[in-house]
Amino acid sequence: MTYLLAAYVATWVIHIAYLGHLARSYARLKREIEELNRKL
Amino acid sequence: MKRVFPILAILTAGLLSYGLYGALIQAPTEQTMGEVQRIFYYHVPSAWTAFCLFFVNLAASIAYLVRRNPKADALALASAEVGVVFCTVVLVTGPIWARPVWGIWWTWDLRLTLTLVLWLIYVSYLMLRRFSSSGQTPLMAAVLAVLGALDVPLVYFSIWFFRTQHPQPVVGGGGSIDPRMLHVLLVNWLAFMCFGTLVCWSRYRLEMVRRQVEETQALESLLAAGGSR
Repeated sequence: MTYLLAAYVATWVIHIAYLGHLARSYARLKREIEELNRKL
Repeated sequence: MKRVFPILAILTAGLLSYGLYGALIQAPTEQTMGEVQRIFYYHVPSAWTAFCLFFVNLAASIAYLVRRNPKADALALASAEVGVVFCTVVLVTGPIWARPVWGIWWTWDLRLTLTLVLWLIYVSYLMLRRFSSSGQTPLMAAVLAVLGALDVPLVYFSIWFFRTQHPQPVVGGGGSIDPRMLHVLLVNWLAFMCFGTLVCWSRYRLEMVRRQVEETQALESLLAAGGSR
């Protein structure tokens, strides 16, 4: 049961970590767009 | 797509939840391996989803090589990145299953080694895209993607044509599976395919916006340089 739990948890940790990376990239891009809007 | 995306995300979350319920509760316990066999319901659909994403990467790379379409290049990048995430899941869940069943975490079996090589090829592809500043990067990446995709059928058919320690195919290839197990497997595959498609779509949109921002920043720098003269 420990191995089963470990496999399922690992799967979702990997996916959530990647989604977090995407969310951070999106937030950074949003800041850059706002900065550009101020400059232009 | 903006309006449809939240609906698809909710449906996918529902499907993933149903898949999890099926994998943990609905599917019968395998007699030989016991509970640990349930890892199969995440391991196999993740592998199939990774293969599909690498196929999208191949098709988009060929489209880029033929037409030099930047949208195809962005799709190739997005599908490779999400494919690597799913392939990572395969390489992590596989050894977690192998430890209690085989008694070892890893062996240099043909299927396992080819899967690791596949992961390394696409990680190299992403490294190339991330760290090369050449204008030819998309072209070089597309060529690497076409060559790298040759490993996908090798991974898939390795257990059909060679004697390996990896379990034989349960779908096709003469294998058999309990219909209830097959149902749960297919539900999870559908759920992971939907999830992978949504994440890939988000990554594609992010890449397109990132490129637009880069172009605008370059234009703004040019305007600023022109204004200062």
